[in-house]
Amino acid sequence: MSTASPSLIDRKTVVDWLGIAPFMIFALMFLIVPTLYLVSGAFFTPDGAFTFKNIGDLFQPSILSAYWISLRVSVASAIGGALIGFFLAWAIVLGGLPSWIRSGLLTFSGVASNFAGVPLAFAFLATLGRTGLVTILMRDWFGFNLYSTGFNILSFFGLTITYMFFQIPLMVLILTPALDGMKKEWREASEILGASTWQYWRMVALPILWPSLMGTTLLLFANAFGAIATAYALTGSSLNIVPILLYAQIRGDVLHNANLGYALALGMIVITGISNVVYILLRMRAERWQK
Amino acid sequence: MKIHKFFAWLALAIGLIYFFVPLIAVFEFSLRMRRGVYSFDAYQSVFSDIQFRETFGFSMLMALLTIVFGMLLVVPTAYWVRLRVPQVRPLIEFITLMPLVIPAIVIVFGYLRLYNSSSWLPFTGSIQGTNALLVLSYMTLSLPYMYRSVDTAMRAIDVRTLTEAAEILGARWTTIMFRCIFPNVMSGVLSGAFITFAIVMGEFTMAALLNRPAFGPYLQLVGANKAYEPSALAIIAFAITWLSMGLLQLVSRFSKMAPSRP
Repeated sequence: MSTASPSLIDRKTVVDWLGIAPFMIFALMFLIVPTLYLVSGAFFTPDGAFTFKNIGDLFQPSILSAYWISLRVSVASAIGGALIGFFLAWAIVLGGLPSWIRSGLLTFSGVASNFAGVPLAFAFLATLGRTGLVTILMRDWFGFNLYSTGFNILSFFGLTITYMFFQIPLMVLILTPALDGMKKEWREASEILGASTWQYWRMVALPILWPSLMGTTLLLFANAFGAIATAYALTGSSLNIVPILLYAQIRGDVLHNANLGYALALGMIVITGISNVVYILLRMRAERWQK
Repeated sequence: MKIHKFFAWLALAIGLIYFFVPLIAVFEFSLRMRRGVYSFDAYQSVFSDIQFRETFGFSMLMALLTIVFGMLLVVPTAYWVRLRVPQVRPLIEFITLMPLVIPAIVIVFGYLRLYNSSSWLPFTGSIQGTNALLVLSYMTLSLPYMYRSVDTAMRAIDVRTLTEAAEILGARWTTIMFRCIFPNVMSGVLSGAFITFAIVMGEFTMAALLNRPAFGPYLQLVGANKAYEPSALAIIAFAITWLSMGLLQLVSRFSKMAPSRP
């Protein structure tokens, strides 16, 4: 190979790069350029002049409140999903449950984490809606009227509970390998040194696990933040979260400013982007212990 | 140790309640259409709905096209990156993960601005063009899953040796691609295909904003207008997801049992 003339090397390099050209063209046309188009559009007026006004206009009460509800739902469902998911993953990895439960739960998690969108909304309407099974059973068995407490499935709380249905299994799927990576020797060593279970978790296990835990929670957050189908089917447009506002904007320019719509999209990209970058950084940190 | 086991069972019980109560509830609700007795009327009503069949068929077709074209894009790329340009791997992997970062609604918003009927490439100007754009958007959405599963399968085979062996035997690149590489990463292709199928069948945002009669927007429409049919549809959708994921598990289990080495 070393005897090849420079022109031959050049030709080989060209062929090498041509091989990934279809993929690059696809990625540019259907992923990168459309996104950049919106991002740059956020900084221009409809006439094409550069401006920060669109970004500034995001801070009007109706848009701020949409971001605020979206953030709250995403944070709450991510933390709730992470907590329950963590305990489930712990139970199947370290809890000493029979192994068929582990494989069964992992399979089910694969299904449930993909069971999102419109049908999930139907499932929760049939569960906690006004005529849902749980609502009715609570009324008939315990005489407890859920809806008299101010609960409503078409609300912040209802949406959070619904999102957790796909958040929990996602946490289980991502965290199980991390828990598998916890070496037995660490536990044994700390026990020999006289540590209690609590001390082992606080001083050994959690410091090792926290990048995985935090990182996955961020991933869940981004996952919830971009989701629209479930919320749209559940609440119509009565709950004003950012993806639904953007949906309405695309459909009918409800903000009466196309470029403000771009800014809205930019805000979403920035939020999910930051959480994903931090997730990747934390994941790299976590992998140091899992080699 | 007893308390520790108790908590494990408790966690499992909470998880199972969370997962199964909504499924049981939606199933029970789907049977309530006829007053006083349980019946499968809602399912009958769904299956006899012409729109159900049309949208379901449309989404199936879109899923199939997405899988075929997605794999034709992803497998050669993953192969080429491993064989010839390993230095761009981080970049390619980064790009394949981008659809997880950028929300689908943002991507389709970009399409609508960039490829509308008065643009340089008027995808949305015709029905066929819009369908093509829908398939391309689904390819984008499923890129992370397809690339990951194909690349994992490719790690298990020695791409370089396979290629060299085929070249020595005089194979052309199409032969190498379709008779050597594709069959050897079939497990990855199938896993990617099943997860793509599950995603596309229920997808709502892209199809709704591109105004195509897919299954996802149909579900939403039924949900807004009918009482019992949505529950029956939720059960059907869950069965589709379960089926694709079950097949995925099956494929990955079999591929572990019979690793192909050159």
